[in-house]
Amino acid sequence: MNDTSHAGGAASLDVSIASKDYHSASGWPLRALEDLRLTLPAGKAGAVVGPSGCGKTTLLRLIAGLDKDYVGRIALPEHGRLGMVFQEPRLLPWRSVIDNIRIAAPHAREEDIAALLDELGLAAHGSHFPRELSLGLARRVALARALAVKPDLLLLDEPLVSLDAALAEALREMIARLIDERRITTLIVTHDLGEAIALGDRIFLLSPRPARVVATIDVPTPRGQLGKEAAEKIEAQARAVYQGENSHQGKSSPR
Amino acid sequence: MIRFASLAALLLLWQIGASLSDPHRLPGPVAVFEKIYEEAVSGALFSNLAITLARVAAAFALAMSFGAAIGYAMGRNRLADRLLDPWVVTLLNLPALVVIVLAYVWAGLTEVAAIGAVALNKLPNAIVVVREGARALDPHLEDMAEVFRFSPAARFKDLVLPQLAPYLAAATRSGLSLVWKIVLVVELLGRSNGVGFEINMAFQLFDMKLLLAYALPFVALMLGVETFLVQPLERHVSRWRRGVSRRLDRV
Repeated sequence: MNDTSHAGGAASLDVSIASKDYHSASGWPLRALEDLRLTLPAGKAGAVVGPSGCGKTTLLRLIAGLDKDYVGRIALPEHGRLGMVFQEPRLLPWRSVIDNIRIAAPHAREEDIAALLDELGLAAHGSHFPRELSLGLARRVALARALAVKPDLLLLDEPLVSLDAALAEALREMIARLIDERRITTLIVTHDLGEAIALGDRIFLLSPRPARVVATIDVPTPRGQLGKEAAEKIEAQARAVYQGENSHQGKSSPR
Repeated sequence: MIRFASLAALLLLWQIGASLSDPHRLPGPVAVFEKIYEEAVSGALFSNLAITLARVAAAFALAMSFGAAIGYAMGRNRLADRLLDPWVVTLLNLPALVVIVLAYVWAGLTEVAAIGAVALNKLPNAIVVVREGARALDPHLEDMAEVFRFSPAARFKDLVLPQLAPYLAAATRSGLSLVWKIVLVVELLGRSNGVGFEINMAFQLFDMKLLLAYALPFVALMLGVETFLVQPLERHVSRWRRGVSRRLDRV
């Protein structure tokens, strides 16, 4: 466990953003990100944690190439094929589950798609339309779609948000297993430190807006089998960092 | 059942009206149906209906394809919108008759002028409706398509077209009824065949039997297109909206 921002290993994702501004309606620039740096070795999962509204989703949009209006540099893994799970599943409502996957991954083989559906417990839902699915199922379809493209980089934006505890737990285990088996370089954005510890090999703590990485914590592997003590240690570390950030408020911040 | 009763009541009212008035002004249903039969046997009815239908189809296809393309461009591009909006508003408010007369004066009493004039009358309506649809395209889905690098073909077929479908259906409906009506005027003013021409003849000869013998099959044809073509098409493109709560699966 260390907080050095550059641990060993060939960097697969290398983000170095000097600044990202939004232009508000009144013309005042609103700085979302400032001097934000993070690196993630190939095949590892990184978890970006930060208070809500700090710019986590903005960061993902920049990495995904959906917003190119920033100052800085983002180096994607080789080939740069992206898979992404948005906060809302964003499925095409007029296409069935299986067609949603086929359209996003036109080169995927039918048997691979079938195997993926099976693995994600979606085998019975291939012909359903998105409106017929619960949020938990729709998220899994979105995850299947992202995996079907065989991504070099998988981006997950709050993958467990708005699910009840049992569902979130099940999906978290599923995600952990899938990215472990496939060794996909993954970046997860979450507001929940526990989730970050469970899913990430490396945790990036973001400051409030304008966001920058205030600490990088490597989670000792094997991930997910972390003892309670070790997890608490990371939490304490994160809390200490945030207290330092919050100009020494002196109160114990909530997890 | 109620529709049939309503239709029967209309026929009855017509019969009563006819028996109370001069048969030259309002012929009864039987006389009109006899005339329809006569025109059908001679073949004139079908050839005129077919000619009118062909003009409707051509003008409609022209107006919809140009209207959809221009409307989409205006909905997506602010410059195009600001550039073309005054033209669209002008065209929208130009009386159909003015467009028709100008088309005949400038292009002669030709088929091109006739179909062009009808298409031009329908065009601004198609533009305005499709522009609304293009403005309402979901940016979230667009981001998704961007991340997954949808091909241009997939973008069009799986992303844009399904979102535009309700607007295209609305433009089709309002457009067809508009085109039907304007085609008759165009035929009346400058063509020597078609339902509009026959109605003009009937007017000149004061032959109300002939007029109704063309008007009624024309209405029936319109209803047929609406019921057997437009509505099924609309149902087909919006089928994904139904059956939502057919199954309520939990994870």
